[in-house]
Amino acid sequence: MSDQTQAIRPAVIIGGNRIPFARSNGAYSKASNQDMLTAALDGLIARFGLQGQRLGAVSAGAVLKHSKDFNLVRESVLGTSLSARTPAYDVQMACATGMEAIGSLANKIKLGQIDSGIGGGVDTTSDAPIAVSEGLRAVLMDLSRARTTGAKLKAVSRFRPRDLAPNAPGTGEPRTGLSMGDHQAITTKAWNISRTAQDELALASHKNLAAAYERNFFDDLITPFAGVSKDTNMRADSSLEKLATLKPAFGKNLGAEATMTAGNSTPLTDGASVVLLGSEDYAREHDLPMLANFVDFEAAAVDFVHGAEGLLMAPTYAVARILERNNLSLQDFDFYEIHEAFAGTVLATLAAWEDAEFCKNKLGLDAPLGAIDRSRLNVNGSSLAAGHPFAATGGRIVASLAKMLHEKGSGRGLISVCAAGGQGVVAILEAR
Amino acid sequence: MADKYLELVNSGFTKKLAKSLGAPRPAILRRYAPGAPLLPGPLLLLGNSSAAQDLADTLLGWGLDVRRHASGESQLGGIILLLDELADPAELSEPMLAAGAALRRLAPGGRVVSFSRPALDTDAPAVAAVRQGIDGTMRSLGREMRGGATANGIVLAEGISVTAPSALAALHFLLSGRSAYVDGQFIAVDSVDGTLPESFDKPLAGKVAVVTGAARGIGAAIAQTLHRDGATVVVVDVPAAGDALARVANRVSGTALQLDVTRADAGEKIIEHARSRHGALDIVIHNAGITRDKLLANMDAVRWDSVIAVNISSQLAMNEAFLAAKLPGLRIVSLASTSGIAGNRGQTNYAASKGGVIGMVRASAAAFAANGGGINAVAPGFIETDMTAKIPLATRAVARMLMPSLMQGGLPLDVAEAIGFLASDAAAGINGRTLRVCGQSLVGA
Repeated sequence: MSDQTQAIRPAVIIGGNRIPFARSNGAYSKASNQDMLTAALDGLIARFGLQGQRLGAVSAGAVLKHSKDFNLVRESVLGTSLSARTPAYDVQMACATGMEAIGSLANKIKLGQIDSGIGGGVDTTSDAPIAVSEGLRAVLMDLSRARTTGAKLKAVSRFRPRDLAPNAPGTGEPRTGLSMGDHQAITTKAWNISRTAQDELALASHKNLAAAYERNFFDDLITPFAGVSKDTNMRADSSLEKLATLKPAFGKNLGAEATMTAGNSTPLTDGASVVLLGSEDYAREHDLPMLANFVDFEAAAVDFVHGAEGLLMAPTYAVARILERNNLSLQDFDFYEIHEAFAGTVLATLAAWEDAEFCKNKLGLDAPLGAIDRSRLNVNGSSLAAGHPFAATGGRIVASLAKMLHEKGSGRGLISVCAAGGQGVVAILEAR
Repeated sequence: MADKYLELVNSGFTKKLAKSLGAPRPAILRRYAPGAPLLPGPLLLLGNSSAAQDLADTLLGWGLDVRRHASGESQLGGIILLLDELADPAELSEPMLAAGAALRRLAPGGRVVSFSRPALDTDAPAVAAVRQGIDGTMRSLGREMRGGATANGIVLAEGISVTAPSALAALHFLLSGRSAYVDGQFIAVDSVDGTLPESFDKPLAGKVAVVTGAARGIGAAIAQTLHRDGATVVVVDVPAAGDALARVANRVSGTALQLDVTRADAGEKIIEHARSRHGALDIVIHNAGITRDKLLANMDAVRWDSVIAVNISSQLAMNEAFLAAKLPGLRIVSLASTSGIAGNRGQTNYAASKGGVIGMVRASAAAFAANGGGINAVAPGFIETDMTAKIPLATRAVARMLMPSLMQGGLPLDVAEAIGFLASDAAAGINGRTLRVCGQSLVGA
């Protein structure tokens, strides 16, 4: 065994690109995951002049994927002007796909295994895979295995007309049968999050996103696609009054106490995002900007199946751990990017960190993590306004936060992304 | 947009038909391709200027077969008329008639280029007469040329030799296929500044160039042409055109900068991008432009003001930033239009902006020269783009065919070639000027 130890070097965020996010079955309804990821990559390559370069890796993924897209990311790379010698692989971790893809890529750069890479994600619910039923699939598989006419007839004879009904992917949790929104409704209720507080958060998201567009913040973060140049879900003219008129969409069994509406929950969205990372040397050699360091990331998971914890509360645990590992307090950040799966998710997360009992019993802390300065939260809007194409959300947040930190010139940012399956990924970025 | 008519009258049965009907037959123009010969045949050098021998030596160095006498029957690739020392209109007869006798031997895509001096108010009347007369005769000759051949001139300021770098660069440009759609024009050389490129196939090697409005049409062609000629290209367009812009950037291995040039800090943003990513800013092509056509009687403030803001005010503001940054040797080429020269119905706003560009480059020349650079404009005539494709077919056919001497619209490439020439260091002796790329027409945006 060699006793050679490799020094850990910084992984630098150079920049990002995404296509505008579009509400499902709208502007991108004819676009595939590969179309959108390729477009996002093309825009990034153009922004940073990466044509013909062999990068260390391209790491991305999609949550909803056709089986033909088994090599989605590599196929997308082959459609760009990157060197065909750039390796690529698919990652899948529900809504944390983008964060996992980017974080693992950053680790490889830190270890010196690669010098550069692109991480990101893409999703479409407009071009979702629809599978044949389990019954039909069993018949077809038996048929393909059958060698004799008799065996073939036997296999076919088991076919039933009801097997023709296709299987579309759902957003329900396989183990509970509850939709993500209905899961969150339980958590929202448990933390006593008011309808008004949720609507206020949603309104702030729209206003902040619109203001960011207004000050040209996205000029070097977004490349138009299919005739769309701004996120189609954004409602700059939204108001608390308008949001208050919406009927509850989730947790309807709570009756009058239901608080989660289409306005304070993210809609199904299509889109893609990518982030360019590299070592300091790579950035310098190619005259590329260094916006922020990707300092660390942490995944957590909770037992939501047996009701021990809310489905989307894993990031609260991950944050406690990443803070301890980095010797930081929750207040040591200039920006907080908490993915707005639902307004209730963000507010329940904040409430949990302020709750002494939760922090003691669940997170094992002596004192609560405490409150954050709300004026530092999702300052350029988040998923409630921009939309949430599952795997693309991580890249959107990392690129935007890196730019915000670089504009400020100092400080740290905290990212928190919840995911299906009771999981979550959080990360820390540091300005350069 | 391919010109179908052009294809039809130049091939097969339809060519014969068009000939027998006497229908107009625009020629397929001789356009530049890297490595192509400079001329399609030998060059005839006419006139007894004292620089004739030096020029002949240079031309031989360019690989041309140079003839000093019009005798013989063989085809000619080009004719140079050295008229720079003429002092009286009576002296025009000999060289012009000699050129005339040789014209029938001129190959398709051939070139006639004159050298002369500008007629000044301080000249003796006879001197001014012959000099101004050259202007008239060469423009008329342009209208007589056939088979895609062109006639243009180079006007040398007093004291500037025929072999001054920019005079030679202008000659090279006018002889080559790069000037395919330049006809009946004069290029003025005012100083001995400029250095000829090591290779005329890579005149922009090592340069960093920014092209605004580069997502499509003429801007995309400029980006591609500057890249072909050796420059590193930064393409700029409004964020809403970013996807097309990215495609152009990736085609020319450049970088894309999504930026609205009407923003107050557009100049600074361009300088910052070019310097930080590519280490320098050597060339800026102000190509971004819009049309909002309406008769003046129906014009509204939005149409008028937006055209002025994008087409001229943005350029004025960016130039201020470029001058403040004292970028050494910065060469700017701005897009004017023949509408800004001859006027065009429905384009009072556009013509104001494009005429404005012509005035701006004239008045900015000294300031850019102070940093070792320069600024010029190119005024395209009828160019086949997505924009002109929207003009009704019949109007388009008339515009592209009947008015210009070359009987066809130009291509975005033709505009790009002229821009590439003016952007090169070899053109440093040309400053504050506007070169028309119009096939000798007066129509078009």
